[in-house]
Amino acid sequence: MLLLAGSVPVDKLPLLVGPIDITPQGIKIDGHDLEINRGNEAMMTAAALICREYGMAKPVGMVAGDIGNRVGSEAIYKYLAKNLPEMGVEVMTLHYVMPDINLNKKVLATIDTMAEKPVMIADAGTMYVAKAGGDAAYYDVFTPDLGEMAFLADDKADHPSFTRGYIFQLEKNVPELIKRAYEAENTPSTMFVKGEVDYICRDGEIVETIKEPCIETMEPIGGTGDLITGMISGLIYAGKSPLEACRIAGRINRKAGELSRPTPATQIEEILRFLPQALHAVLEQLG
Amino acid sequence: MKWFRKEKKTETSPEKESVTKGLLIFAHPTTVISVEELLKDEGYEIRVVSPPPSYRTGCDLSVEFPLAVEAEITALLNKVDLLPLDVVPITSKGMEPLQFVRIKEFVGDYLMIRAANMKMTVDKKDNRIVNISGGGCPDVPYLATEMIGKRLNHTPSPGEVGYSLCAYSLNTSYEELVKAIGD
Repeated sequence: MLLLAGSVPVDKLPLLVGPIDITPQGIKIDGHDLEINRGNEAMMTAAALICREYGMAKPVGMVAGDIGNRVGSEAIYKYLAKNLPEMGVEVMTLHYVMPDINLNKKVLATIDTMAEKPVMIADAGTMYVAKAGGDAAYYDVFTPDLGEMAFLADDKADHPSFTRGYIFQLEKNVPELIKRAYEAENTPSTMFVKGEVDYICRDGEIVETIKEPCIETMEPIGGTGDLITGMISGLIYAGKSPLEACRIAGRINRKAGELSRPTPATQIEEILRFLPQALHAVLEQLG
Repeated sequence: MKWFRKEKKTETSPEKESVTKGLLIFAHPTTVISVEELLKDEGYEIRVVSPPPSYRTGCDLSVEFPLAVEAEITALLNKVDLLPLDVVPITSKGMEPLQFVRIKEFVGDYLMIRAANMKMTVDKKDNRIVNISGGGCPDVPYLATEMIGKRLNHTPSPGEVGYSLCAYSLNTSYEELVKAIGD
C-alpha cells in the first residue's frame, strides 16, 4: 500500500482514510470531495495519477482538517502511532502536518515495532519535525526547496524561520548547503532539492542536476513542490528506486510546467492537468 | 532495511550569569505577533525568539523581556486577554527569526517577496495576491485559500488568521510587499 497522509485546509473535517479517487474537481476520500489546492490535495492527485499510469493500486489517503490549530495534525499523528503496523503500508508519505516533535517520535516508536519499515518520504512540516527532532535518518527521501535546504544545513534551527542569516545567504552555493546538511546528519539518504536547478543527492553526493527546461515563472506558483513529492511517492510505489523516482519526477514537473505556459499567477491545477502528457514525454525521452 | 538514530546532543550548561531576562511562552507563534506589537508600542525592550528546548514542539515562538517589568507586562497582557501559557526566566539568548527577505520581479508586473521559506507574489497592476508558495505548516494551504485573488488591502494578514511560524514568515513577506507597493 502507498499511504499518503497529511492535513487539508478544511476546518473541522474529521480524519478520513480511504483509497484516493481522482474526480473532475479534485479528489475523493471516504466519500468526501476535496478540491485541488496546493498542499496535500495536489500531492495526492499527482501520486494517484502516477499510480494509474503505472497500473498500480490506488494510493490510500489519510487526511484531517487543520487550519493551523493542530487539531487535524494531532489526529493524524495519533492514528498513525496506534494503527500503522496493521495497515500494510509499503511506502508512506507525510506532508503538511504541524511539527510536533513528541507526537512524531511516537509515530517513529511505532515504526520501530514493525518487522518491515515502510519507505518513508517527508516534505513540509514532516520534514521540519524530522530534522528538529534529530530523526531524519528514519526517512528515505526529503524534498526541500532552497529555503528549506538552508534550514537543513543549519544545525541550530528548529524551523526554517529560525535559519541563521549567514546560512540563508549561502543559497547561491547549494552544494555547500547540501554538504553541511549531510555532515550534520539532518538528511535521509536521498534528497531532491527543488530550485532553479534541481539537485538529486544520495549519501552526501550530488548525483545529478536537472536544469532544463528552465521555467522561471514556476517559482512563485504554490504547489509545484507538492507535485514532485507526490510523483516521487507514486514512482517508488511503482518499483522505482528513490534515486530513479527523483530523476523522473523532476523531469515530469519541468515538462508539465513548460506545457502549461505559466505566468506567476498560474494556479497548480493548471500544471497538474499536463502531468500525464508530461510523463509520457519524459518516459519516451528517457527510453 | 536498516536505519539509524542520530545520537542525542548533550545539553550545554547555561552560562553563569545573573538572570535578568524572561520568556513569555504562547500556544501559537502568531499570538506572538500581537504581543510583540503591543509591547513595542508600549515602549518595552523585547525580542521575539525561539523558546527553550523543554517548550519546543518544532513550531514555536516566544517573547524575551526584562524580568524587572514582569508584573507590568503580565498585567497589560491580562487586560487584552493575551496571557502567556507560561513565564520562565532564562540565562541564554534564544534564536531570532530570520529577517532577511529576497525580492524578485517578473515580466508582466509581478513582484514576489520571500521571507525564510515563504513567498508571496502580487500583480502590481492591481495589488492582487496571485500566488503563495513554500512553507510546510497546515495553515499555509489555508492562508493561500483565504488570500489568493484578494488585494493587499482587502485580505486578512497572515498574522491575524495564521497560527504557525510559516504564517509568521508569510506575514513578513506581506508587510514587505505593503511597504514596497502600498496596500
